[in-house]
Amino acid sequence: MIGKCLVFLMVFLLGTKAIVNAQDLVKGKKLYETRCLVCHQADGGGVPNMNAPLDGSSNVVGNNIARLVRIIKNGYSEKIALDGYYYNNVMTPNPDLKEADIANVLSYVRTSWSNKASKITLAQVQAALKKK
Amino acid sequence: MKQLKNILLLLTIAVSFSLSAQNNAGLKLPEGFKATLFADTIGSARHITITSNGVIFAKLMYPNKAGKSIIRLEDANMDGVADKITGWANYGGTGIYVKGKDLYATSDNDVYLYQLNEKDEVINPLSPKTIVKGLIAKNQHASKSITLDGQNNVYVNIGAYSNACQEKDRIKGSKGMMPCPILDSAGGIWKFDGKKENQVYGDGKRYATGLRNVVGLDWNTKTNSLFVMQHGRDQLNSFYPEYYSDAQSAELPAETMYELHDGDNVGWPYVYFDPYQKKKILSPEYGGDGKKEGGENAINPTVFFPAHMAPNALLFYTGSQFPEKYKNGAFIAFHGSWNRAPLPQEGYFVAFVPFKNGKPSGEWEIFANGFSGLSGDEKVMNPRKAKSRPCGLAQGPDGSLYVSDDARGSIFKISYSK
Repeated sequence: MIGKCLVFLMVFLLGTKAIVNAQDLVKGKKLYETRCLVCHQADGGGVPNMNAPLDGSSNVVGNNIARLVRIIKNGYSEKIALDGYYYNNVMTPNPDLKEADIANVLSYVRTSWSNKASKITLAQVQAALKKK
Repeated sequence: MKQLKNILLLLTIAVSFSLSAQNNAGLKLPEGFKATLFADTIGSARHITITSNGVIFAKLMYPNKAGKSIIRLEDANMDGVADKITGWANYGGTGIYVKGKDLYATSDNDVYLYQLNEKDEVINPLSPKTIVKGLIAKNQHASKSITLDGQNNVYVNIGAYSNACQEKDRIKGSKGMMPCPILDSAGGIWKFDGKKENQVYGDGKRYATGLRNVVGLDWNTKTNSLFVMQHGRDQLNSFYPEYYSDAQSAELPAETMYELHDGDNVGWPYVYFDPYQKKKILSPEYGGDGKKEGGENAINPTVFFPAHMAPNALLFYTGSQFPEKYKNGAFIAFHGSWNRAPLPQEGYFVAFVPFKNGKPSGEWEIFANGFSGLSGDEKVMNPRKAKSRPCGLAQGPDGSLYVSDDARGSIFKISYSK
């Protein structure tokens, strides 16, 4: 009986976690649409020679999470070479974004379109911002 | 077997060429016009220019796979398709302009001059003269477009390395700088002596100011004056949602054509041109609210177009192959928008404006469409989906119009016959 209850409790907890994650992605998508879409486009494809693509980008699905967090927070104003192409438009900084917002939007872009990378947790964002 | 393969290959090529001729290389054109795919996948072809012998030179934004950034194309057998393609130089850029046997080409910092021989082959590919050097290039709007007047003066666009001259570029809430310090060395057209070597800023003259970025420009030989197409500012709605909706931001500001004279001011960053109010409106970074007017000393556009279509080339048609209506009129290559998102993108076509006595004499119209390669009337939603993006224009000695494209790297040849 206790065992059954435990299993039930675990399933319940896991389920809640999944729901929370799904909500995070919804929030991330919403943020993407208001802050990122105009440049990076609805399909994450960016704009040739100007705005770097997020879909299929080795940077976006890569393991350097700290770099991604910093770019979202501080913007980027250098010409960037990415996967054999160059992009030269300015990336607008987002100094007002909360840590949880950054985790949500990063999770959204890393799991959208053809991207199948891991989601980003609040702890990862906090660690990245501490690094500097 | 090998022979059969070769025959099949030749057949395939022949069929695809004739198909391309039948369907006008995928372009939609007015009646009587035909297009061929003059060249394909040559690299990111920005501007093009043609000699009196009909030899085309294209400037590539980046060196192509062979490491060349100036491409020479010749159609020796005159079938509308380039059959002799060579190249040289290894620096990216946009500007290229030929005058007689003088071939000017630009990097993002410099203007170079090459010499052509009688066959329009380059004599000094490795040792061009440096005409202008050390121009500002800070990634954004860094490309240098050029044209020449009748007196060997070269006009160079030096784009503003900023969207609206904010203290912090493209940051919500950051104010516009007053006066805008960028205008001293960028955000305008500079005039230099086309024959003098090693000129720097001090040797040239700021011919016109208050232009955010110009890519398409042409010297009009009828009015004997310079015409330019400005790329209007971005992101009104991203930074000022209180004044502009998505829909308004997608339609503001107009893309504008100006006739420029020495000393003219177009008004960037302080104002932009609103195509609905038909007025110069104070930029929100400078206290505007979408209604307040400004720019008392700034000139008005000669023609205005819908927003964000990115006019990348301008050409006044002086040939006699096209019907009378086109004589002395302006062709504009619209590279196609990106910042109308989330709404469908616009542009990706070549437009035409009729001119009479040096002034526009009718409404603008789409001349050549279908560059995106999308079916029917489907709009480009995401720029990377567009197969071709018109970027350069040139008029052949026989009056044909050539259009270059920096996405797929093709050149289209458009001709007319009754």
